[in-house]
Amino acid sequence: MDRQVILSYLPLYRDAAWLTLRLGCMGIAFSLLIGLACAAARYRKTPILSALAAAYIEVSRNTPLLIQLFFLYYGLPKIGIRTNAAACGVAGLAFLGGGYMAEAFRSGLEAIPLSQKESALSLGMTEFQALWHVVLPQALSVSVPPLMANVVFLLKETSVFSAVSLMDLMFTAKDLIGLYYSTTESLFLLVAFYLLILLPVSVAGSLLERRLRYAGFGV
Amino acid sequence: MPDLGFEVLWKGKNFARLLGGLGVALRISLVAVAVSMPLGVLLGLVMTRKHPATRILSRLYLEFVRIMPQLVLLFLAYFGATRSFGWDLSGEFASILVFSLWGTAEMGDLVRGALESVPRHQYESAAALGLDGAQTFRYIILPQTVRRLIPLSINLVTRMIKTTSLVLMIGVVEVLKVAQQIIEANRMSSPNAAFGVYLTVFLLYFAVCWPISLLAGHLEKRWL
Repeated sequence: MDRQVILSYLPLYRDAAWLTLRLGCMGIAFSLLIGLACAAARYRKTPILSALAAAYIEVSRNTPLLIQLFFLYYGLPKIGIRTNAAACGVAGLAFLGGGYMAEAFRSGLEAIPLSQKESALSLGMTEFQALWHVVLPQALSVSVPPLMANVVFLLKETSVFSAVSLMDLMFTAKDLIGLYYSTTESLFLLVAFYLLILLPVSVAGSLLERRLRYAGFGV
Repeated sequence: MPDLGFEVLWKGKNFARLLGGLGVALRISLVAVAVSMPLGVLLGLVMTRKHPATRILSRLYLEFVRIMPQLVLLFLAYFGATRSFGWDLSGEFASILVFSLWGTAEMGDLVRGALESVPRHQYESAAALGLDGAQTFRYIILPQTVRRLIPLSINLVTRMIKTTSLVLMIGVVEVLKVAQQIIEANRMSSPNAAFGVYLTVFLLYFAVCWPISLLAGHLEKRWL
């Protein structure tokens, strides 16, 4: 391995990691929103929305992100929906993640005894208040481990963004291997940068998990 | 009705080719599953040993393989092994290797989790009844572990099938590559082929993974 080469590649990888992180965070934020909405629709058994959410969860969880991205990026323009690569990346990640997040929220909601909601309602809270102030805070503490696992999973999944020509870490590594045959250095930096992104998230996840374990009441 | 590019699939052997590509993807994942299930069980058993060296080594292997995106692992095997060890792996072999290593790690963790989820009093009660170590494992621990394990490992199979879509990126000709070829070849006659063909690939993956997920969900509900 050549130190000079590694140093000269660093700025390229830094930019790529930044792109991975930025798009990853946006996708994760959207997937949390979608997941929460779907889980709420499922939990409250809203007539049509609940069935739609169930179908969406199955579709998003049973198809690979790479295929979803190909369809979004190469397929949709053919019927007149034009987007750019970054928007496709975020949309794909949100579509994939939404289903996983919904399942994580659902597992939390299901763990809360029905008596909690009924007690809240009997105290005169509205349905929404009961969900927001009583059920959700407890459910979240149960949902944190799967939610954090999903965050790590989604950040890992961003590695396929290079397929829709986003210049992320994979793209940079492949580019440098193809251009200069500096395979060892490129792959070393690739692994190092992914560790740099993913290790802190994974460690933070297990710390958070430990802290929140007893937050639930009667769980 | 605008042309949505589905008709390309009915030209010549296009649909059969697409299915053939899916077959390649499935073959890779099934071989990897077949390799990683027994190895994963072994790893899981090793991980429950108390010896510090085995603990640290298995932990390191597990954490590295699980934290790296699978695509990075594929790149390491495909490009890295050639450069570092001079192994000229074919794309398909590199993918089977990577998915086996990854699957072993995931399976190992599932087995470890299932073994550790058996409460201690099960061991103690078995000992109180006069069962020896092997008997306890055979008659008490194993049946409970297996029930817990089967739905989880079926889920792992769908994850591995979905992940095989990545092998496109190291040049394996699988379903997505075939789709690209079909779209390219019909660029003039049906310019909208990308929509229909990619949607079909999407649905094909769903058609393969969904029944397996349903089975896992069904078993989970019955056994957990």
